[in-house]
Amino acid sequence: MTVLLAASPLSHPFFQHALLAGTAIAAACGLVGYFLVLRAQVFTGDALSHVAFTGAMAALAFGADLRLGLFAATIAMALLFGTLGRRARPDDVVIGSVFSWILGLGAFFITLYTTSRSTTNGTAGVTVLFGSVFGISSSSAAVAALVAAGVGLLVVLIARPLLFATLDEAVAAARGVPVRLLGYGFLALAGISAAEATQAVGSLLLLGLLAAPAGAAIRLTDHPYRALALSAALAVLQMWAGLFASYAVPRMPPSFAIMGVATAVYAATFLIRWLASGRRTSTAVPTGP
Amino acid sequence: MWSYPFMVNAFRAGAVVAVVSAVVGWFVVLRRQTFAAHTISAVAFPGAAGALLLGVSAVYGYFTLCLAAALVIAALRGGGDHHESALTGTVQAFLLASGFLFIALYKGLLEGPQTILFGTFLGITSSQVTVLTVVGAVVLAVLALIGRPLLFASVDPQVAAGRGVPVRALSVVFLVLLGAATAEASQITGTLLVFALMVIPAATAQVLTARPALSLALAVLLAFAATWLGLTAAYYSPYPLGFFVTSIAFAGYVLALGRRSLHEVLGRTRAGATPAAKKVIA
Repeated sequence: MTVLLAASPLSHPFFQHALLAGTAIAAACGLVGYFLVLRAQVFTGDALSHVAFTGAMAALAFGADLRLGLFAATIAMALLFGTLGRRARPDDVVIGSVFSWILGLGAFFITLYTTSRSTTNGTAGVTVLFGSVFGISSSSAAVAALVAAGVGLLVVLIARPLLFATLDEAVAAARGVPVRLLGYGFLALAGISAAEATQAVGSLLLLGLLAAPAGAAIRLTDHPYRALALSAALAVLQMWAGLFASYAVPRMPPSFAIMGVATAVYAATFLIRWLASGRRTSTAVPTGP
Repeated sequence: MWSYPFMVNAFRAGAVVAVVSAVVGWFVVLRRQTFAAHTISAVAFPGAAGALLLGVSAVYGYFTLCLAAALVIAALRGGGDHHESALTGTVQAFLLASGFLFIALYKGLLEGPQTILFGTFLGITSSQVTVLTVVGAVVLAVLALIGRPLLFASVDPQVAAGRGVPVRALSVVFLVLLGAATAEASQITGTLLVFALMVIPAATAQVLTARPALSLALAVLLAFAATWLGLTAAYYSPYPLGFFVTSIAFAGYVLALGRRSLHEVLGRTRAGATPAAKKVIA
């Protein structure tokens, strides 16, 4: 028994921290991602991933805590995106131009950081881009878990009005639901989630953590609350599977393992739907009395 | 600067890439296919990383995966499911993650991923310039052939189809050209910033003028300027090439937008208050 425990990954502090932070982050991303997909704001997530990188690099370049830059940049940009989206649909060309430049700016900061400061780790850029969940310290893990838990709780609290506002904005507004405020609040939560997820899977891959579990959940059930819960559950399970797989195969980075599992699950939903639709056509009509 | 052969090669390659991506990008902006361009450029990263892992030149990785992605997008287009965005996001993230896996397996240079992602002007060989030029010439030749019908099909697909223009075939051919152009540009700006070189000059030109021939020429000129100025700046400073190219292109875009809004303000006396969008008071 003790031998088993000692051999298991759970006996390593780094794995415990990764599991703690990863679980909370995955749950938050699953909840937020569901609404992102439902509200057709996946592109926002794409944009946030670019911004997260630049924010983190800017903070490092100016000698601040990396997380400070992450949160400031993603939340500010999420809110800006909300104002852009308020007017007639913002143009993909405009948004794309802005974000590719912001990313270029990130490339500038990363060089500034690696050339100007003496106590640098040269892999900081790669860490921010692709995450290093096994490198999270115990204090960072605790903070990440707390913040993510807070985000998850808030999403659950506003789930009902937000769902109403998403599915039928006009009626919700008429019924006295603060539609605009909800929209901004949700975008701020999305920004926080993006900043959190960057620490786990990196800024380039967080889009997958937001989109894959949510996309799978939406394909599996039409019931909104069930889909919301399923999205969070899938995200957490994918995170666990990825962490354990990466521990078992050290050559495989955890970020890739998590994304691989998430993609596999999403692909499986297509198969399930296809089988279900095949069955439905072949089942006999139930004979009622 | 010009006494170094690698810099001369970089300028040659930059010139080819600027012309090709500006022309292709002009059609991308016209056809509103920015999302496709973004996806194809994300694919270039695992392509380059995979080529590195297999020990072949990155050029082959770029072209193989970009062209494959273009064909896949062409095959999948059609059914406008509104959850398609989740699919695209998942695929994009998975491909980038695969690139990261290849880099991790390669255990190569620390700088490996960063040069692939953000571009470099070092180590462009003469043979690479030759490959770029040949592919670029082919892309431009095909575009010259299909340019008029493509323009027609882009501006008004229904009427074009009614007139017997093969709209569907044209869109497939164009996506393949887009894949080739992305693979080319990735080698200069890095895979994350292709979008900038391809879309920003074209967007700027289309803000400045509505005449097709003129804006096309303008787009080429702007991309050319951004690339060469970027190369010069990158040579004299430690910062990555991608940063300069994107910043110069973006600055031009902002100036063009500013010029347009200035014209709008000066060009007409502003009528009274715009009708404020009244929200239902909660």
